[in-house]
Amino acid sequence: MSGTHRHGRASQHPGAPPHRHPPQPDLEDGPYTDYMAMADAVAALLIKKKVFTGGDLRRMIELIDSKSPAAGAKLVARAWLDKDFKKRLLADVNAAAAEFDIDAGHIPIRCVENTPKIHNVIVCTLCSCYPRLLIGLPPDWYKSRNYRSRTIREPRAVLREFGTEIADGVEVRVHDSTADLRYMVLPMRPKGSERLNEKALAKLVTRDSMIGVARLEDR
Amino acid sequence: MRRHHDMGGLEAGPVEISEHDYSPWEKRVDAIVRLLSDKKRRLLTVDELRRGIEDLGSGAYDKLGYYERWISSATNILIEKGVITVDELGRAIEDAKARRREASR
Amino acid sequence: MTARFAVGDRVRVRAAFPPGHVRTPFFIRGKEGQVTRVIGEFANPEELAYGRKGLPKRPLYWIQFPQSALWPDYAGGEDDSAVVDVYEHWLEPAKGKRK
Repeated sequence: MSGTHRHGRASQHPGAPPHRHPPQPDLEDGPYTDYMAMADAVAALLIKKKVFTGGDLRRMIELIDSKSPAAGAKLVARAWLDKDFKKRLLADVNAAAAEFDIDAGHIPIRCVENTPKIHNVIVCTLCSCYPRLLIGLPPDWYKSRNYRSRTIREPRAVLREFGTEIADGVEVRVHDSTADLRYMVLPMRPKGSERLNEKALAKLVTRDSMIGVARLEDR
Repeated sequence: MRRHHDMGGLEAGPVEISEHDYSPWEKRVDAIVRLLSDKKRRLLTVDELRRGIEDLGSGAYDKLGYYERWISSATNILIEKGVITVDELGRAIEDAKARRREASR
Repeated sequence: MTARFAVGDRVRVRAAFPPGHVRTPFFIRGKEGQVTRVIGEFANPEELAYGRKGLPKRPLYWIQFPQSALWPDYAGGEDDSAVVDVYEHWLEPAKGKRK
């Protein structure tokens, strides 16, 4: 698994790649664990039994690869510019995404809006529920014991570790996605972005701001 | 009783704000689970997968990585349902290891 | 959908601690909060987890808890809250209320 050293302020700067370890070594180079063998064995058996084809598997991996935070960023940028769209986004993210021809799947995704009075942050204390079909696979830290244990109990301390400080007068509201819904945050539009067009606005929106561990910096 | 995975509010250390690019085998596990649970197949639900992960026990929960838990759970459920047998799986795992040894010669 | 509770209702999460696949987290058991949204009806994950259908569907609610009520040593803002998706069968009216 990933290393144990800490990074600060991950994914704070739009456009900068998040702090990452180098990609995992190619399969041929690393150790072939029992679990990797199990995965290959199960895939081979299921293909042999025609549960799915090799092509199905390949296409599903391509689908996984095709999902990224950019899809969520598009919805956020549109919501900043269009009040009616924002209403629709807050009612039903899947339907709002479909307006952009984005297929966010059938698991309902809901959006919670940050305001000057409320800062939302999302966690799944019981496992790692995350709006994967909209914004891609979650970062390791979101799935970690420490995030899952502490965010619900001391959100401000956790946010501080991400370099995010929320003023005392603002309510920090933590959503624990325990059931069938997945959540994303609609971050506040940064000050100084008034002249930017929709495409440029979308580029400002980071994944971490849609989880709620970061705000978008004023310009 | 409080189950091991139910960790909201427990004391824990600083969040390690690191991430890694998902490796091919991890995406393969994710893809297998998505295919098994889709409308066409309905061989596994996310609820069953979660339950299977929880039932791996705290030791496995601590020692195994995220997708190691996923493939363990999914495989156990496939065996329970008779989609695959233990014998088939054992042979297929040995085949996979043999192919791997061949490939790295 | 016939939901037992409505937005604004004060409710208590049952203090039961069964084994099995339960999606009501430990930290809210026995705690009181307020319904802030009636989300819809969903099948019971406790049954879905074993390959059963989990019917009948039951209402799922947003229950909002003040953080100060959940954690005795909560050191954040006094308005800070936690919102959890809770299934109806885990809820009862808050003490002193009849419903």
